[in-house]
Amino acid sequence: MEITLRVNGSRRTVEVDPRVSLLDLLRERLGLTGSKKGCDHGQCGACTMLIDGRRANACLALAVAQDGSDITTVEGLADGDRPHPLQAAFIEHDAFQCGYCTPGQLCSAAGMLAEGGPSAVTEDLAGDPALTAEEIRERMSGNLCRCGAYPNIVTAIAEVAR
Amino acid sequence: MRPFEYARAGDPADAVARFRPGTMYLGGGTNLVDLMRLGVAEPEFLVDVSRLPLDRIEPDGDGLRVGAAVRNSDLGAHPLVRERYPMLARAVLAGASGQIRNMATVGGNLLQRTRCPYFQDVSKPCNKRQPGSGCPAIGGDHSNLAILGHSPACVATHPSDMAVALAALDARVHVTGPGGDRVIPMPGLHRLPGDEPERDTVVEPGELVTAVHLPAPPPGASHYRKVRERASFAFALMSIAAALDVAADGTVRDCRIALGAVAHAPWRCERAERALRGAPAGEESFTRAAEAELEQARPLPRNAHKVPLARNLIVRTLLELAP
Amino acid sequence: MTRIEGHDKVTGRATYSAEYPIEGVTYAYPVQAGIVRGRITSIDAAGALVLPGVLAVLSSEDPPELAPDADPELALFQRREVAYRGQFVAAVVADTYENARAAAREVRVTYEEDPHDVRLRGDHPGLYRPEKVNPFYPADTEKGDLAAGLAEAAVTVDVTYTTPAVHNNPMEPHATLAVWSGDGDLTVYDSTQGVSTARAMIAKTLGLPAERVRVVCRHIGGGFGSKGTIRPGTMLAVLAARAVGRPVKVALTRQQLFDVTGYRTPTIQRVRLGADADGRLTAVEHEVAEQSSTLVEFAEQTATPARTMYETPALRTAHRLVRLDVATPSWMRAPGECPGMYALESAMDELAIATGLDPVELRVLNDAETEPESGLPFSSRNLVACLLEGARRFGWEGRDPTPGVRRQGRWLIGTGVASSTFPAFRRPSQATATVENGGYVVRVAAVDLGTGARTALTKIAATALGVPPDQVRIELGDSDLPPAPVAGGSMGTASWGSAVVAACEEALRDGKHGAADTTDALKAQQDLARHAFGAQFARVRVDMDTGEIRVSHLLGIFAAGRIIDEQLATSQFVGGMTMGVGMALMEESVIDDEFGGFSNHDLAQYHVPVCADIERIDAAWIEEDDRHLNPMGTKGIGEIGIVGTAAAIGNAVYHATGIRVRDLPITPARLLA
Repeated sequence: MEITLRVNGSRRTVEVDPRVSLLDLLRERLGLTGSKKGCDHGQCGACTMLIDGRRANACLALAVAQDGSDITTVEGLADGDRPHPLQAAFIEHDAFQCGYCTPGQLCSAAGMLAEGGPSAVTEDLAGDPALTAEEIRERMSGNLCRCGAYPNIVTAIAEVAR
Repeated sequence: MRPFEYARAGDPADAVARFRPGTMYLGGGTNLVDLMRLGVAEPEFLVDVSRLPLDRIEPDGDGLRVGAAVRNSDLGAHPLVRERYPMLARAVLAGASGQIRNMATVGGNLLQRTRCPYFQDVSKPCNKRQPGSGCPAIGGDHSNLAILGHSPACVATHPSDMAVALAALDARVHVTGPGGDRVIPMPGLHRLPGDEPERDTVVEPGELVTAVHLPAPPPGASHYRKVRERASFAFALMSIAAALDVAADGTVRDCRIALGAVAHAPWRCERAERALRGAPAGEESFTRAAEAELEQARPLPRNAHKVPLARNLIVRTLLELAP
Repeated sequence: MTRIEGHDKVTGRATYSAEYPIEGVTYAYPVQAGIVRGRITSIDAAGALVLPGVLAVLSSEDPPELAPDADPELALFQRREVAYRGQFVAAVVADTYENARAAAREVRVTYEEDPHDVRLRGDHPGLYRPEKVNPFYPADTEKGDLAAGLAEAAVTVDVTYTTPAVHNNPMEPHATLAVWSGDGDLTVYDSTQGVSTARAMIAKTLGLPAERVRVVCRHIGGGFGSKGTIRPGTMLAVLAARAVGRPVKVALTRQQLFDVTGYRTPTIQRVRLGADADGRLTAVEHEVAEQSSTLVEFAEQTATPARTMYETPALRTAHRLVRLDVATPSWMRAPGECPGMYALESAMDELAIATGLDPVELRVLNDAETEPESGLPFSSRNLVACLLEGARRFGWEGRDPTPGVRRQGRWLIGTGVASSTFPAFRRPSQATATVENGGYVVRVAAVDLGTGARTALTKIAATALGVPPDQVRIELGDSDLPPAPVAGGSMGTASWGSAVVAACEEALRDGKHGAADTTDALKAQQDLARHAFGAQFARVRVDMDTGEIRVSHLLGIFAAGRIIDEQLATSQFVGGMTMGVGMALMEESVIDDEFGGFSNHDLAQYHVPVCADIERIDAAWIEEDDRHLNPMGTKGIGEIGIVGTAAAIGNAVYHATGIRVRDLPITPARLLA
């Protein structure tokens, strides 16, 4: 089937097998290997990217079902040569080791910062809670990091959130 | 995955009209695509219903109508849900991850399948996946499986958080299908396994969930609590949705209690609720009510801990809700 | 100085093994054994071969040619016997991943099934004493009179702990891209912790000279030991590429990682401690039962830390192994020390309670002057300094040892302590340093596992050369570079760094180029006990109603030689401790008695810690100036972080609740039971 996506600002029209995930389409066909495959079942978050501005697990998204969507991957976070503030903060605070979860962490954080609303740890459901370390930890828990860079990830995101 | 055809439905009627044997409706895909990759689900035809115009949350009489294509994150963040149905907002926010909640739809969440390890592994028998093949969970890895309402054919649990809150809220599920529209009350949507564990719900082939109607919220205080060994992004070891309305004289006027991860369906604790109505709101009645409910528990060798956990969870949650 | 490859990693430009753009690449997907033990009677590939895009089916119907002495875990499709569930028995090669995977389901394999045994038991009749334990230690040691030591003790502790099988679960599943050239040379892009080792293993398995094989690994998404040796997936890519005459990619699924990439053996550990009335140890015994496969003997060195930790007149350590119908266990972060110190340091906590001593005090009292088993002097030790500094920072003083009495709402609060240790070894390495374009290029076939090896080696070279780091460019991750040992055993930086320093020194003398090989220097090393030490402190809270456990604070103080880079070192320690939280509270690969293998083989069922689990972890260190290690004065830091964490948390859970759980992981189920 033919689908058209907007990927990091460029229009891409491709013929896809309905079985292909958005993640595999980008990694295996479009040369965008920044997004990672860690589990292929939505259990690790390494494939997180922004679909129409919202963070999502691209391994669970069939490419055919994304026809017409606007996709932002880690390759599209920076503004030209100027790194996204999250990218700079991740480097500064050593928020990764092996780097494999990092693209997903970055896209997840970018999506998360735009979300607002309560989370599972918010005491009062009524308002938009301040983005405390506890709130960041809960909201970023969909992104596993086996190297254990969590404290630095939280520090980096908190710095950008301020 | 075996090859399949894909089509995007324009409206619910179009989706239903496209249905033929071998068809499955695709919502957010967070469970269906997962199961397709495992070979557990092998649809020949996917009808994508994720972009149907069923994505509104709107007041409906003294309640709320939630479209089936509403994303979990939008449900949890909606001001009316947060204000009037905090139990539901909390249940949704406790589920999965931010990414998954952005993808998963209300309809898909309700119809998600068990996370029993044998169900998810096509190289092993499972009565739910392959009727008549056996239930290895009974003699195997069932530490997270059912203690209530299970059968010799199946000891699976329903994994949803949201559905537990909906069961406690007496929600009604609207479906449309080849036979027309109908309304299914919660609890009641999800079945107990009996000797047909392959049927999770009473939804018939071709029927599509279009909306969930929430009646007026129960009076009194309410809460949703999820127990898990990992602090986030984990299916519940157990969860509870509860509401408690206590009269001025200190007796329970009404209450709602539903447990998650204890049975094939969200488990509405009717015995406990009956025992509580009219009883003084206090630890003694709460304990008696919990025990009345759990008399029918039949734990398996490796999940006996779920019985004291359920008792503690019911008692503690009610104590916190009591004025 | 931030990580050299930091920009590449945050922009998605860092290339991992499955990501090299290779023209005409095809995909192989394995067919896995559906039985636990038996023989293949037939393999029918017809149903797969007719499917679109399928190029070949590999199986023992037509065994690929391999060296006769190949490692049986790597000798794919040679034999009809099945040794464990999930073993690769065939594979499909196709033009796309989707086609290969779909076709693999259509390969029909029939078996003659034999009864199987996948359950480790302490009284298993098959238990035997292995010749040695990983990598070269004696299986048993005995010093002094254990019976007498126990008999004269005023207080004894005799306890059995178990740890489950656990999986490394690096975020990047093992992936390989194999490309054969027209003249029979092989290039393998492999997610491996050691390109030189991988090259040697691939060449040996194929029966090829090593120089015909090149292995490249510029970035690797974690390994924690599971990529220290090559795995069946690597050989599958190599053999499939040879069979179809095109490049082949194999990216294992997360589920397959549980089957074929190694795991930490489950252990059953009996610890007997005797102490006099003052708390001085009179006897230490550590006996361990663990498993390996029927294919390969891998014996984890679980009881070895007792040989290093505490002064005692009588010391016995013993390892017993049983060969089961399971996949071969392998290295996982701090093999030996990690599970062994869980048992020993939990038992020390029980001894502290039995003697009425503070657990920090008990450890200080029993500190060793020389290595208890070998009698060798330590190159440096500083365990006591770690314990005391940790106690000071943690606010340990005045701790009431009474369990189950501290409450905050419905939470019970407790604190615990445990020691850490890990040996400081080196392996021979080569390196070169060359003046190029006004700066230096340092070449070594190291792998940056995420440890920051690129950055650390750059700093090491810059120091040796007396130039700023920006005048040094490091090249690693390619077996064409000077041969170097694996990134593992906490030996990477010490081994590679020694060669880099020597090469840089020679380059300075030469003015143009220096080459070094540390083989002889390592042989000439003085015989000393070289170990890193540490102390970990944990504060936990346990929900009285649900048994949920949360770690409020972890503090680790380490004595690990000179620290090359504070930020990188902190990340390593904290990362190890984070994995220790998983080990303590959630990680368990559930063995399936009926079907073999592990039933919870994905990341929704096998839980590793998420961000919300890690509330506060602090790591710091004691400054050490140990001249007996290597030119940098470093000890390894990649593994010691996980050693002791589980014991510290378990001891804190006891302190919080009064419940001593002796089986990991410590879960709500176990606290409610």
